[in-house]
Amino acid sequence: MLFNFANILVFVLVGGGFVGVSLFVSRLIQPRFPTLEKGLIYECGEIPVDNAWINYNLRYYLVAIIFVIFDVEIAFVYPVATVFKNWIAEGKGMIAFIEIMVFALILFVGLIYVWKKGDLNWFKEVVVTEDTRRTPEEATAL
Amino acid sequence: MEQLAITIHENYLWGAPLWAVNLIVMFGASAVVLMLFVAPFAGITSFVERRIAARIQDRIGPNRVGPQGILQFLADGIKSLMKEDLIPTDADKPLFILAPYLVFLGMFTTFVAIPFSSKLIVSDLNVGLLFIFATSAITAVGLVMAGWGSGSKWSMLGGMRAAAQIISYEIPTGLAALCVILLAGSLSLQTIIAGQGAYPWQWYLFNNPFNPLAFFILLASLVAEGNRAPFDLPEAESELVSGYNTEYSGMRFLFIFFAEWANLYIIGALVTVLFLGGWQIPVGVSEWAGGVASWFPQVLQFLTFFLKVLVFVFLIIQLRWTLPRVRMDQLMEICWKYLVPVAFVCVMGVALWMIIWPEGLPWMTYLLTAVAGLIVAYYCYRVIWQLRNTKATLEFNPFV
Repeated sequence: MLFNFANILVFVLVGGGFVGVSLFVSRLIQPRFPTLEKGLIYECGEIPVDNAWINYNLRYYLVAIIFVIFDVEIAFVYPVATVFKNWIAEGKGMIAFIEIMVFALILFVGLIYVWKKGDLNWFKEVVVTEDTRRTPEEATAL
Repeated sequence: MEQLAITIHENYLWGAPLWAVNLIVMFGASAVVLMLFVAPFAGITSFVERRIAARIQDRIGPNRVGPQGILQFLADGIKSLMKEDLIPTDADKPLFILAPYLVFLGMFTTFVAIPFSSKLIVSDLNVGLLFIFATSAITAVGLVMAGWGSGSKWSMLGGMRAAAQIISYEIPTGLAALCVILLAGSLSLQTIIAGQGAYPWQWYLFNNPFNPLAFFILLASLVAEGNRAPFDLPEAESELVSGYNTEYSGMRFLFIFFAEWANLYIIGALVTVLFLGGWQIPVGVSEWAGGVASWFPQVLQFLTFFLKVLVFVFLIIQLRWTLPRVRMDQLMEICWKYLVPVAFVCVMGVALWMIIWPEGLPWMTYLLTAVAGLIVAYYCYRVIWQLRNTKATLEFNPFV
């Protein structure tokens, strides 16, 4: 068993070493003439405007949160699924099934909640009411 | 592999301690897998993909380096090796440098648990499937690092998209794989294959009516996790320049693509292991081959497995040039509103099916096999029809 997991470490070392050595060899034989233009990031040939590290959209966080919930669910169901066959052989299949389903359904209700709330929609409809709409004066002041 | 180490220790290297032999075998195995399998496979796949793309788009494609351009990937490799390696001044340098390592390792460590034949496997992990899903998620970290570290807006968008896409599609992948885990009762890939047989009606694919659906979901979401078209939004060249790898050049660029092509093999291998019987060959053939030489059945098993994987590699390449790219909102909708609920229903269905018919239902299996056979036959007919009716004149002179 220890052999099996030691193998993963060896693979990481060999894989990382392969990338590292290739980059090192590349560094030895490649030409190096750095100029200011080469150091610029690509922005369709224009001089880059501003930094790229902006606050990106909140919906990515939502996706991440939903993912964590469901991945935890799957991680917990996997061990139960491996012994499910034995439970059926012992004649306790229905109990195991109901237990898995109770656990999974609670989380699935979460998906339905998120779905109904509209968080699964990539484009959320923003309701513009009278008090959230900016007046022309406010808009020009910005 | 552990057996191999023990055999070598007992028979050949008398003086050496067991841990040293183990270490030699482990490093040897990883080097062999990397140099003799993953690297040539990724390289040749890149060439084959370009040729197929050319064929579909009525072009010729690379045909200058070696016979029919087969050595093109070596030329590309050498070219990348000699390219100036640029790191943008605006980049977050440590992240930018670390990203290709993670992308590559996320792909490469997966090969620890992927079997090649019944005895040819680096290590048959008892948590194999979980391990594969875990390591392939490291790729997502690498892609976000590449996107963020580049300091470019295109990269940033690509990286964020890659993250959202890969983690979203982990869920249907996991749920679809759960259908097989229920049936096999194990996470070890060798045990999952051992639970199936050589003939199509013995595969998990046709075990019950829910498994073909799970198979489709698994294939679609693995393609999406591999950032392949029609789900190649993170590097959508027509809108994001090149996505997360916009700022990469030279060897670093090569390694990101190396991982993507080698990932094709992993997709095919996972699907083959879970649903298509892996390396299983008929018992009669196995016995006959065993009579010829003790290693001969292993070779046949390897070829069977490899052929099944190749079918999927070609299918995924063909998909890339057949289907249009989906939009970002469609991508998320497909995942969360269709694949996840359907996969969930599949898991419930398989579990119920196992309780009601623990021995399986033979007529259902044969029916599903027949239907699948018809679909495959129609697909082959269409491809042949297409090839016959779109005759492009190709140059077959290797010296041109």
